[in-house]
Amino acid sequence: MKPTQAAWLFVLPALMAIAVFFVVPVAAALLMSVTDFDIYGLADLGNVRFIGLANYLRLVQTPLFWQALFNTLFFVLVGVPLSVAASLVAALLLNSPLARLKGLYRTALFVPVVTTLAAVAVMWRFLLHTRYGLLNYGLSSLNISPIDWLGNPHWAMPAIMLLSVWKNFGYNMIILLAGLQAIPADQYEAAHLEGAGAFTVFRHITLPSLVPMLLMVSILTMAAHFQLFAEPYVMTQGGPAQRTVTVLYLMYEEGFKWWSLGSGSAVAFVLFLFMFGFTVIQIQAARRWGTT
Amino acid sequence: MKPSLAMVGVNAALAALAALTLFPLVWMVCASFMTPGEASTYPPPMLPASATLVNYRVLFADYGLIRQAFNSLLISLCATALSLLFNLSAGYAFAKLRFRGRERIFRLLLGALVIPAQITMMPLFFMLKRMGLVNSTPGVLVPWLASVFGIYLVRQYAQSIPDELLEAARIDGAGEGRIFLQVVLPLLKPIVVTLAVLAFMGSWNDFMWPLIVLTDRDMQTLPVALATLSREHVQDVELMMAGAVITVLPVLVLFFALQRYYLQGLLVGSVKG
Repeated sequence: MKPTQAAWLFVLPALMAIAVFFVVPVAAALLMSVTDFDIYGLADLGNVRFIGLANYLRLVQTPLFWQALFNTLFFVLVGVPLSVAASLVAALLLNSPLARLKGLYRTALFVPVVTTLAAVAVMWRFLLHTRYGLLNYGLSSLNISPIDWLGNPHWAMPAIMLLSVWKNFGYNMIILLAGLQAIPADQYEAAHLEGAGAFTVFRHITLPSLVPMLLMVSILTMAAHFQLFAEPYVMTQGGPAQRTVTVLYLMYEEGFKWWSLGSGSAVAFVLFLFMFGFTVIQIQAARRWGTT
Repeated sequence: MKPSLAMVGVNAALAALAALTLFPLVWMVCASFMTPGEASTYPPPMLPASATLVNYRVLFADYGLIRQAFNSLLISLCATALSLLFNLSAGYAFAKLRFRGRERIFRLLLGALVIPAQITMMPLFFMLKRMGLVNSTPGVLVPWLASVFGIYLVRQYAQSIPDELLEAARIDGAGEGRIFLQVVLPLLKPIVVTLAVLAFMGSWNDFMWPLIVLTDRDMQTLPVALATLSREHVQDVELMMAGAVITVLPVLVLFFALQRYYLQGLLVGSVKG
């Protein structure tokens, strides 16, 4: 057998699997989103009719869709900077030459990343309990009166952000730590010889070298934040007052609770467009920042 | 600031951060050993007054959670095997074998990473329903067959294999299949472990797709069963924490055992920008 033929045998199984279970479904979802595919369509394709952009038009007239979009953008625009900032602080501390027991701390800070999201969401629901939750108990020692984290429309999404930062900051911490360790030591030495303070060093050496990595980390984190689903499903069921209904949660309800697979597909494509748009914006912004 | 003072500051900050991070997990374990109702008292207790295994017994004896634990294990093992089977050979071929359109196909694959997998869920569900695979183990496993990320991971690593080694094997008359099994795979061992750990943990922790596909409680995985139970048992803190411990424990053990490989995969996987 020739090497070229062998090569195709090596890649074809994977390419076929990706084609059948990813590429075809993506194309099918685009088609579905312009049909009235519902529970009758699931039983018999003959019941499915082409309805053009009606799903999308109905969506933009649905207040819940705008609420879901707002909730998701709120989670992304506030949650991502918080999460990346927490990762950066942790990475800087771990990278400090003064730190001891680095391996131990690194592992401890990383542990939430590998835990099961659904399980820790169940746990956080109890930590956030208004009366018996340890978070409010801790706050009460600071003289802060109990907050109804998951029952108050203003606090539900911030509570989910808290869980999300706790669960995910370790991931970016590891990546940023690798970036920090890649900065040549002589740059720091030169700065010290010139008598630069800690903040000046951070501002003029550490931060500029870290920009490409910060960009990558925030793009990945943003993509993950757009896909918020399990936390509201487990902790709030979209409530209170629909303040934790995310775009993906809406897709799940449309598609798999009401079995409107056509409408659910339309929601999925809107999510994709937003994710794509925000990624492009971030890359452009970084390019502009990088050239000046 | 004196160096010693800065040192105390940095280490104290790290210790505080680590304590805050681990605290919820420690509480989860402690609460799982409390007697029912104990956690719902004020002030909230940190340690059980007298540790009991009653919650674990109730979960296994009354709710039969052993069934879902078995499902989770089976699904994760199969997902790991499938992921290795499909991604290793493809990743190696993209790195070391020549075929037409190799670079173009690979770029297309990377481009597909911007499409969120959730888009495929509705057509995939319909497809599986037609094939009679809804509510079945093969149905949950479909997304784990091959992944762009897995192929990318293996390709990055396989590129470091010297071409001379492969050429020498070819001159000795070894077929491509034998070269892959006897020369390449041993060299890929670290990335095989990495890929296996990532696949196992990823499929164990997966939530949305199993939630959609596995409608029957007897078929569900631990995370899905726990989420469903927790909706019905809002008051049973101790019971739910026992369920959470059972769900989290296997992946934590795996992580502590194979931490090095896991972190390596994370770093390779993230430098794709």
